[in-house]
Amino acid sequence: MPLNCLSADRPSKSLFASFSSEKEDSFLLFLFLLLFLATPALAVSDPIEMIPNPKLEARAEVIGSQLRCLVCQNESIEDSQADLARELRKIVRQQVVAGKTNQQVIAWMVARYGNFVRLRPPFMASTFFLYATPVLGLLIGGLAAWWGRRRAIEAPAPAPLTPAEQARLSELTGKL
Amino acid sequence: MSVTRRHLLALVPLGLAGAAGVAFWRMLDRMKVGKFDPHDIGNPLVGRPVPNFSLPGLGDKPGFDAAALRAAAAKQPLLVNFYASWCIPCAEEADILGSLAAQGVLLWGVAYEEKDTWKKYLEQYGDPYQRLADDRNGRVAIDWGVYGVPETFLIDRAGIVRWHRAGPLTPDAVRDELQPALRAVA
Repeated sequence: MPLNCLSADRPSKSLFASFSSEKEDSFLLFLFLLLFLATPALAVSDPIEMIPNPKLEARAEVIGSQLRCLVCQNESIEDSQADLARELRKIVRQQVVAGKTNQQVIAWMVARYGNFVRLRPPFMASTFFLYATPVLGLLIGGLAAWWGRRRAIEAPAPAPLTPAEQARLSELTGKL
Repeated sequence: MSVTRRHLLALVPLGLAGAAGVAFWRMLDRMKVGKFDPHDIGNPLVGRPVPNFSLPGLGDKPGFDAAALRAAAAKQPLLVNFYASWCIPCAEEADILGSLAAQGVLLWGVAYEEKDTWKKYLEQYGDPYQRLADDRNGRVAIDWGVYGVPETFLIDRAGIVRWHRAGPLTPDAVRDELQPALRAVA
């Protein structure tokens, strides 16, 4: 069933009144597809800022979303309304149009603002624990589990119950 | 598991929390005495030569380019101060810049994304700059790694950036950082 059954000329009342199960399905599908129309809310609100070529614009947005706005510090330059962020967005787009790779654009920013400008910092001495903690946690946890299991296996079997204990057990369980 | 070992294990998270607390307390303490600034992101230009640029002058003052800056610094190390008339912390440090200029420190200014108010600002807060460049769109500031105004750079005789501060100069910053840096490059 085509999705245009929800065209605007149909009054919205009848839309819900005419809910048969097959229509319900396509309506849900329509709602679901609507989700994909929702683009991320970026600060690039001015169409003049955007590159006409959607492929290059998409790349510029990917690069910009990895660069920190240094004024607000917890936003990417794509999300920020600060003047500096707008200027940096412009530079990113100019470089993308000029044929620079993502790495080259990011390197240009790092040369000026240091690694702090990257929202995803590189792996280096000061970020060792940032990246290594999950692996270290898994390793240490795995080692602890293995060690504990080995101890449990290697531990000598408990001594058999003494006749007194056997009697007490029978008394408690009521069985012989 | 014996009770004592359980107790010992229970102490591990307590110990970790205690260590984190001590580290946090130390950080706050260092912030209080001005040894640690969480907003200071550093500037990769420190220790490197000034970037290439060329800017026109603002008003009657001549602008400058990297070559003119290097030539002047070769004779006497100088400060490059990025400021703007619309910037309140810039007005806060204006007196300090004035007294530095009066002490014979060479000051070159870069007016960042300046508005029509530039003239009134210099009349009101003084003009300590020997040269004054007009960075109207802020692109040169980006090449210097400037992310706000005011920012101040110290250029040594070799044209290398030796010291940098993002934010207004304060009497403490001048006494504890700038004066030693100036002595080091003199």
